[in-house]
Amino acid sequence: MSSIIKVSGPTVQASKMSDSFMYEVVRVGNEQLLGEIILMRGDVATIQVYEDTGGLKIGDPVKPLGELMSVELGPGLIGSIYDGIQRPLPVLALEWGDFIQKGATVHRLDPKRKWRFTPLVKDGDVVQTGTILGTVQETKRIAHKIMVPEKVSGKIKKIFSGELTIRDTVAILESGEKIKLAQKSNIREPRKTCGKLPHQVPMLTGQRVLDTLFPIAEGGTAIIPGGFGTGKTVLEQTIAKFADADVIVYVGCGERGNEMADVLHEFPELKDPRYGSSLMERTILIANTSNMPVAAREASIYTAISIAEYYRDMGYRVAVMADSTSRWAEALREISSRLEEMPGEEGYPPYLASRLGSFYERSGRVRCSGRPLDIGSITIIGAVSPPGGDFSEPVTQASMRMASTYWALDYDLAHQRHFPAINWLNSFSLSLSSLSSWYIENLDEHWVEMVADMNLILQRETELLEMVKIVGLDAMGESERIELEAGMIIREGFLRQSSYHETDAYCSMEKQRKLLSLQLFYVSSLRDALQNGLQLEEILDTPVKESVIRLKEVRDSEIDSGVEQIEAELKAYFRKRLGK
Amino acid sequence: MKDLLVREYRSIFTIKGPLIFLKDVSGAFLGDFVEIELDDELKYGQVIELSESFTVVQVFGTTGKISPGSTRVRFREEVVKIDLSPTMLGRIFSGGGKAIDGGEPIAPRVRRDVHGACVNPFRREPPRDFIQTGISVIDGMNTLVRGQKLPIFSGAGLPANEIVSQIIKNARVADKDEKFAIVFAGMGLTSREADFFIDSFRFSGALEHSVIFLNKADDAVIENLLTPRFALTTAEYFAFELGMQVLVILSDITHYCNALREVASSKDEVPGRRGYPGYMYTDLAGIYERAGRIKSLPGSITQLPILTMPDDDITHPIPDLTGYITEGQIVIDRALHRKGVFPPINVLPSLSRLMGKGIGAGRTREDHRQLSDQIYMCYAKGVEQRSVAAVIGEDGLTEIDRLYMKFADEFESGFIDQGIIDRGIIQTLEIGWRLLSIFPSSELVRINREIIEKYKNGKNNE
Ligand SMILES: Nc1ncnc2c1ncn2[C@@H]1O[C@H](COP(=O)(O)OP(=O)(O)OP(=O)(O)O)[C@@H](O)[C@H]1O
Ligand SMILES: [Mg+2]
Repeated sequence: MSSIIKVSGPTVQASKMSDSFMYEVVRVGNEQLLGEIILMRGDVATIQVYEDTGGLKIGDPVKPLGELMSVELGPGLIGSIYDGIQRPLPVLALEWGDFIQKGATVHRLDPKRKWRFTPLVKDGDVVQTGTILGTVQETKRIAHKIMVPEKVSGKIKKIFSGELTIRDTVAILESGEKIKLAQKSNIREPRKTCGKLPHQVPMLTGQRVLDTLFPIAEGGTAIIPGGFGTGKTVLEQTIAKFADADVIVYVGCGERGNEMADVLHEFPELKDPRYGSSLMERTILIANTSNMPVAAREASIYTAISIAEYYRDMGYRVAVMADSTSRWAEALREISSRLEEMPGEEGYPPYLASRLGSFYERSGRVRCSGRPLDIGSITIIGAVSPPGGDFSEPVTQASMRMASTYWALDYDLAHQRHFPAINWLNSFSLSLSSLSSWYIENLDEHWVEMVADMNLILQRETELLEMVKIVGLDAMGESERIELEAGMIIREGFLRQSSYHETDAYCSMEKQRKLLSLQLFYVSSLRDALQNGLQLEEILDTPVKESVIRLKEVRDSEIDSGVEQIEAELKAYFRKRLGK
Repeated sequence: MKDLLVREYRSIFTIKGPLIFLKDVSGAFLGDFVEIELDDELKYGQVIELSESFTVVQVFGTTGKISPGSTRVRFREEVVKIDLSPTMLGRIFSGGGKAIDGGEPIAPRVRRDVHGACVNPFRREPPRDFIQTGISVIDGMNTLVRGQKLPIFSGAGLPANEIVSQIIKNARVADKDEKFAIVFAGMGLTSREADFFIDSFRFSGALEHSVIFLNKADDAVIENLLTPRFALTTAEYFAFELGMQVLVILSDITHYCNALREVASSKDEVPGRRGYPGYMYTDLAGIYERAGRIKSLPGSITQLPILTMPDDDITHPIPDLTGYITEGQIVIDRALHRKGVFPPINVLPSLSRLMGKGIGAGRTREDHRQLSDQIYMCYAKGVEQRSVAAVIGEDGLTEIDRLYMKFADEFESGFIDQGIIDRGIIQTLEIGWRLLSIFPSSELVRINREIIEKYKNGKNNE
């Protein structure tokens, strides 16, 4: 019988394991803790244990389960809140109390719940991996497509319909193979696709600084590095609320318990801005907080991405929010150090970059497996928590190489309470050019120039502010003063956006366009006024300045009249001043 | 009965720092509580690693006088536990949990594992009840709420203890009909600090509803690894079993982290940043996450950990990792302290992440959020102008910039600096409005017009 020969932090070693295989799931000790084999040497296996290892002894039994670490996929995932190894936390609470108990086992999907299955194929049809056998209406928004699992194909002998549980058979193939309503998928292995497609469409977030300056493509990846308190979590949560995606998978990976409680408290009450249904009807939460076992933290990211891939394969646009990937990397480091592997930079294992890479590679806009005409996507947004706010550290650097979009958060902006504290000078989006035609076709033919104008204003302001520090504002020339004013208008009126503001937390793309266009108009009016010889004081002190900045707080329905009024008032003001 | 089963060994073969290594031990488990018997003293320890060939025990004291071969070591076959009872209120214990106030030992009501279990995040209740500390910079700008963990980042010689003592005296954590308790964990405190705290507990009358654990600077450093766990297990008992509103003060986390580092280096672990172990984040989370509220239970645990930033460096791993776990931070500032401001709290790097939930209409007042945002912006601008003025002279500033500078000065002297006076929240907000009144309304871009109309120039003095 296999038994423990060493216990070290979250890992144990067991002997007589020669019949086992890499990444096999095992039960450890008398309390039957869940674990996974991560290293095999001779007949000794090293196991990472997904639960607290306190209490384990030398000689305690280890029971291999003969299967890989997997997620269970089927109707009922949406609206769930899981821990890192897909145990539903509400069920754990119900059966085991307020605190998480060791060895607690629960069903990952409700085995009793009946779902109405509507078949789309008939007896005699030939099906293959990815073929949609039928659908279950999972929530108002999500039709859950029951697909033929990987490595399965053949002719349908019998297709079922009606009220089924996840354990029930939906189809029997000629070969005798039964396909159930739910299936399993190995978390460490990406689910197959028929190939990736280029990025062409933005995933809109309703956040101006993102959608306008640093858009993320559907199927792209973004990272949000930032020191503590700079706004990573608020940004992740805000995007989870407002992003134009069909399904959101949100992983709280090694972060705060109260933050997850917050999401749980808030999301069911909030309405999806586009569909009006409750946000939980498109959201799956995975909460492995900082005080939960570190190995489960390592797994949580894979649990999340595997669930995301499943919905992508149905043809949905999925967004994965991971807060924080640094905590995942630290879990990797902690486990690696127990394996006595040679540490790389900052103690991280040498394979840090490749692991991060293969995680981010699971994003993308793809042709669905078995159905090349269907397109699904996964967009990944990962927070990074660099120690001391120093972006040169290994996790930030390795993530940066993978990311197509980089939203750098800045202490100084956060301290001034300028949120989102995204530094507009060193953030970037590599998707900008591939997305520009979308913006031109769908938003404004001059969009690219408008954004360029805005960038120019911001760039100029930064240069001028450097000078102000040396010579003082009074010493600046008149046209420079106008440019500084322009920078202020863009920063306060456009870039700043509070996630807590009733109307401003979400800004539609159309509203973004109107705001930007008004602000550019305002700025050019100021420049013109100076050209026309108006006094600086009079130019800087227009009666509409405050309304220009505050227009973002106005409801969508009132924007047009707001713009009209401001433009009219501004024109009238300058006309009067110029004595025309 | 159980004691007969306790296994005893004399097989120590290595002693290294706070660790002892034994061989031929059978039946010990990870976390097993260990007694080490010396001629005149009983020491305690805990199993931290096990293999077929040896067992590693971390000793919660010095390893002085322990000798290989002869010292007897007993494995208790249970994890480290603490005896708990409501009669602990008013009592003082050592960092290792022994009564040191000359009183009777505690008659235990229950016995609990000091490591605590992890609250199921689904069962957490988001904190949202305002706690008035009486300190304007906290109540007005970085509001504390019940169930929050809000550390104080201090520096050597800065008055963190004085601030905490004021909070102990004035904070309104519980409503009239609720029960309130303070649990204090002193780690590595000098006698002067320990006396200061005990005196402030005594004189403010807080002692009778407090439980104090004291590890002093001359006690063993490694005992610090237990002290906060004893304190938090006690707090959980009072909060979640007895339904009380509990305030936990942990001072000083820096000593705790140094104990962690000592154990790690004795184990020859690969050190992380500045010699602290790579798992320090997870370890600290195991302490800080033990704050909060649980659904359908009346009690709460609010944590105020204090830490000393080595060399005032906020990027040092101790404040850095803490800031990544806690729900904000209150930062004490040397320059303000030198100016004689008390409490010398710098609002710019300070933050309370749960503030939004505890303030506003029905809690404090509707204008609170916007007012504090505006003050933040004006103060940040003022401080910036100050440094510009230092280069080019005040004459180089525009009129409005001079106004910002004036605001920064007045904010420090009129709002932050309050001495030991206790201020109500409405008073705090009114001072804020008064200070802002030097600006034309058009500068106050972070406040709605209606709110400005209603509150500026002391229009609303309810
Ligand atoms: N978009 C935003 N709008 C308004 N306030 C914000 C925004 N982003 C951040 N904040 C403010 O900043 C605080 C800290 O933000 P957040 O918790 O997201 O930081 P974080 O980067 O996740 O920190 P940590 O790494 O410690 O988890 C919030 O509590 C909130 O007060
Ligand atoms: Mg965060």
